[in-house]
Amino acid sequence: MSSPPLDILVIDENRIRAAIIEAGLREGGHERVTLIHDVSGIARRIAEVNPDVIVIDLENPNRDMLEAMFQLSRAVKRPVAMFVDRSDRASIEAAVEAGVSAYIVDGLKQERVKAILDMAVSRFNAYSRLTRELEEARSELEGRKVIERAKGLLMRSRGLSEQDAYALLRKTAMNQNRKLAEVAQSLVTAADLLGPGGL
Amino acid sequence: MAEHQINAGFMPLFDSAVLVVSRELGFATREGVELTLTRETSWANIRDRIAVGSFDVAHMLGPMPIACNLGLTPLASDTIVPFSLGLGGNAITVSNAVWDGMKAHGALPDLNPARAGAALRKLIAERQATGREPLRFAVVHPHSGHNYELRYWLAACGVDPVHDIDIVIVPPPFMADALAANRIDGYCVGEPWNSASVVRHTGRIVTVKAAIWRSSPEKVLGARKAWANDHPEAMAALLRALYHAARWCHDPANHAELAALMAQPRFLGQPASMQMRALTGRLDPGEGGERRVADFFLPFDKAANFPWKSHALWFYTQMVRWGQVEHTAANAEIARGTYRPDLYRSALKPLGVALPGANAKVEGALSEAMPVGSAGASLVLGPDGFFDGQIFDPDALDGYIALQSKA
Repeated sequence: MSSPPLDILVIDENRIRAAIIEAGLREGGHERVTLIHDVSGIARRIAEVNPDVIVIDLENPNRDMLEAMFQLSRAVKRPVAMFVDRSDRASIEAAVEAGVSAYIVDGLKQERVKAILDMAVSRFNAYSRLTRELEEARSELEGRKVIERAKGLLMRSRGLSEQDAYALLRKTAMNQNRKLAEVAQSLVTAADLLGPGGL
Repeated sequence: MAEHQINAGFMPLFDSAVLVVSRELGFATREGVELTLTRETSWANIRDRIAVGSFDVAHMLGPMPIACNLGLTPLASDTIVPFSLGLGGNAITVSNAVWDGMKAHGALPDLNPARAGAALRKLIAERQATGREPLRFAVVHPHSGHNYELRYWLAACGVDPVHDIDIVIVPPPFMADALAANRIDGYCVGEPWNSASVVRHTGRIVTVKAAIWRSSPEKVLGARKAWANDHPEAMAALLRALYHAARWCHDPANHAELAALMAQPRFLGQPASMQMRALTGRLDPGEGGERRVADFFLPFDKAANFPWKSHALWFYTQMVRWGQVEHTAANAEIARGTYRPDLYRSALKPLGVALPGANAKVEGALSEAMPVGSAGASLVLGPDGFFDGQIFDPDALDGYIALQSKA
């Protein structure tokens, strides 16, 4: 295999995700990767990099601008077309589902760039999973905080020990078939509404 | 569970109102449609999500489905237009500096396209004579009513939109920011993104789509053809819901509620008072005064929802005019076949509402409102003139294209 190395441009305002993609591309043996986070002056940057492949996230509102630029191809030296073959439905769907889109210069062999899209798709999915897990961890932490507050309220208003306050919360949750954090949240909200003397 | 599940995409523009209202005011539910709306960030995303099937239908630029069917876009599927989401609604805004230059050449804040265009032509000539950079205008998409009406206006005023200015693409919500940051000198976009510059005192509205070509086509409902073929009842039910929603949007009694709805962060996230300008046609061009624009935006009246084949063909002539596609009989047929008044008719027939007698009309021929022969109740069309007095006869397509290529 003596194909020349590909110049890959990744356009993503999300720096963390862009870094994750870049790392994946480098692991896959692609050394010539450029990241762009800000689209201002992008025409000049694209002309400088003269990429073979452009990867862009679907959240980016500048896709229309970029596509128009590719079509006019004044800024870009070579015409650039949608990366995925029109007949390859599965990979198009996977890409759109993951939130990524890619363009290649005309004439570049499909099999050379398919691996790049597959990698971008899996990295985008990994990133989404990561943010979801972070979100879950954050809400779990907040759940724990609200349970602590509810316990404190019960201890003060009813003179319960910490253990009994927790047991009361748990029993209420089980009886009402609700999550512990939900019961705690209702209690805290009620206390906030009723003010200091309420509970 | 509703009888029909339909996924729809939209862009944050005021003319997504009919689609939004069909869901939010329960018109879709009443037709047995559970409509899921997803706000998108680019027209390219809408096109891609239609192509891969995550959207069945979407709020689209009128020329976009034609461009898809002509193979002018990356990743396209056959897309049809069974319903128009309104007429008009756009305006052309310039920076304060350009406005000062235009005023020095006779422009007035009256939104008159001929006067504004003549002033702009003189300003451009003056700038060229002193070797200054060409003015840069932005539109939202190469295949958009905005791109074509901006070019039509300039060309009719003696400005060559290809050589005398630069035209770039900027997403609608970023137009006002780009103008304020001096990255562009002017733009053509739908509301509320023109008034957005006026309220910030960073731009002036110089003319409006309704003055360049009154009652002219803008956004449409695009549908994936394969989906529409497989789900004729869902399609018809949605079109009925959209028809009722459009009539609701038209009623002045509902305008305050509509403005408040569209102002919500999940739709436009811009103040309700700004939405009222598009709804009432009372625009502030930027001198603090109010200008009444007749038929500024028509969500329902004047057969605004009918997908005229002559609208599709006019868009096609402009694609040819600006070098986006070659004129052939086959290409013209693709454009003509993209708009589907037959689907509109069959869906709305049970409602007994006014339907136009023809599928195409001579555009720009009506100088005053005229009742037209229609099935059922009465229907009024027009006036619909182009500001330069031209008419477009869809039966004389070749002649129109030839005339414009010489101009």
